[in-house]
Amino acid sequence: MAASRANPARRDPPWIAGGLIGIALLYLAVVLLLPLFTVFFEALRRGVEPFLEGIAEPDAIAAMQLTLLVAAIAVPLNAVFGIAAAWAVTKFEFWGKSALITLIDLPFSISPVISGLVYVLLYGAHGWFGPALDALGIKVIFTVTGIVLATTLVTLPFVARELTPLMQSQGSDEEAAAATLGAGPWRTFFLVTLPNIKWALMYGVLLCTARAMGEFGAVAVVSGHIRGKTATMPLHVEILYNEYSFVAAFAVASLLALFALVTLAVKTFLEAQFADELAAQRTR
Amino acid sequence: MPGFWPALGFTLVYLSFFLFLPLAALALRPWEAGLDHVWGVISHPRTVAALKLSFGAAFVAACINAVFGTIVAWVLVRYEFPGRRLLDAFVDLPFALPTAVAGISLAAIYAPNGIIGSLFAPFDIQIAFTPFGVMIALIFVGFPFVVRSIQPVLEDLEVEVEEAAATLGATRLRTILTVVAPAITPALIAGFSLAFARAVGEYGSVIFIAGNLPNVSEIAPLLIVIRLEEFDYAGAAAVGLVMLMVSLLILLVLNVVQTRVASRGRA
Repeated sequence: MAASRANPARRDPPWIAGGLIGIALLYLAVVLLLPLFTVFFEALRRGVEPFLEGIAEPDAIAAMQLTLLVAAIAVPLNAVFGIAAAWAVTKFEFWGKSALITLIDLPFSISPVISGLVYVLLYGAHGWFGPALDALGIKVIFTVTGIVLATTLVTLPFVARELTPLMQSQGSDEEAAAATLGAGPWRTFFLVTLPNIKWALMYGVLLCTARAMGEFGAVAVVSGHIRGKTATMPLHVEILYNEYSFVAAFAVASLLALFALVTLAVKTFLEAQFADELAAQRTR
Repeated sequence: MPGFWPALGFTLVYLSFFLFLPLAALALRPWEAGLDHVWGVISHPRTVAALKLSFGAAFVAACINAVFGTIVAWVLVRYEFPGRRLLDAFVDLPFALPTAVAGISLAAIYAPNGIIGSLFAPFDIQIAFTPFGVMIALIFVGFPFVVRSIQPVLEDLEVEVEEAAATLGATRLRTILTVVAPAITPALIAGFSLAFARAVGEYGSVIFIAGNLPNVSEIAPLLIVIRLEEFDYAGAAAVGLVMLMVSLLILLVLNVVQTRVASRGRA
């Protein structure tokens, strides 16, 4: 890599190289770094005490707990789905396989607001199943259940799309060998497949978790914004912001930003350490 | 190989519950209130303005990211400078940072009293709370896609090709236009498509900076939320369905273009 950078055939005139580096740095600084810096700056603008008050108030704590709860349900669901889906599309040939792979990626092309809307259409007060479920005493919309459903739909493809290309390239020789040696399906999975895919699985789970904790649009539609009850951290930020409690809003936002930085750090570490095992999945 | 039926069965049941059934509701529910109501909602000037803004701002933002994303990818792959690896990691920030966080931060920066907004305020140029603000937010959320699409292609491009062009007397500019550009164009289109698709439906980062003035700076996803708050399920579903159909159609066209360009590049 270093050698190819230094190759004379690729040497651009210094003023061009310098100019392009300058443009790139300026763009990155204005578009990415300034917003990140502003979150922390605004959160600490009036000092440490208002910041701590913002993140320690009971509604903020409740929002953090809810966000963790939702991620703790949606992420494992999509991890299990991702493994099953990747297993089905990489180890077998069947009719409609490529259509299935396209469909699994579809949620990335759906607006988050639509991902929330569809559950209101199904389970809302005027939804297809809303009244029937209501008669049974089950409420979905404006409850944690609705938030989990919407979050799961938005984050559905993350694990599957990390595992599919990797398992495709690994083939199924090792599993076939294990089966020949008499290992049962679960033993084969846990002793052969899982060790082969563990880093890609972790990578997918990481991205899935980041999105699940930060999701806003889909959750905003189904949550009802009940403070301390159905407000996740991003929704709590919105509520505070709309009340003009800017310092508190940015204080809670800075926790989310901190989590985003940790995510980036772990992501970069996984990419650097286990590039081969991630099957060069650099594009998100 | 064991596990075909359990794996496929689980996959299909899961998708049915989380994807197929919800999408069926989106496709069928608009028609409940009758064709006239659907047409009334879709052809309403406020809806048309919102759809134009969502698709138009997403297109412009994706174009800007295509230009600067290509430059950033080029700089990160080809040049050596201090802090390169750190910046490379930061490119993915918009994927990791929750959209609402980005939204309130951008609103603070571009408001008339904000750090960038105040630079333009003396000239009577307002960025936040105008369609311009919508575009700024969409540039932020779409930024990583073009960079991440082009980067691996630039890294894989063999030195020999550029060497050969240089040996044959091509100027550096000519080499880049005739050798490098065709190689990265399919990836550029792919990255553009992803950035565009993401921006069309974006909500969280936009609503804080947009001002949300009907007919002016109100995006289509916000209109869906407003229709839902009025309990007009059919109207909300109609706007959602139009948005989804149009964006899938545009993605399909871009996909075809990308395949054509890629096959021409190989021939």
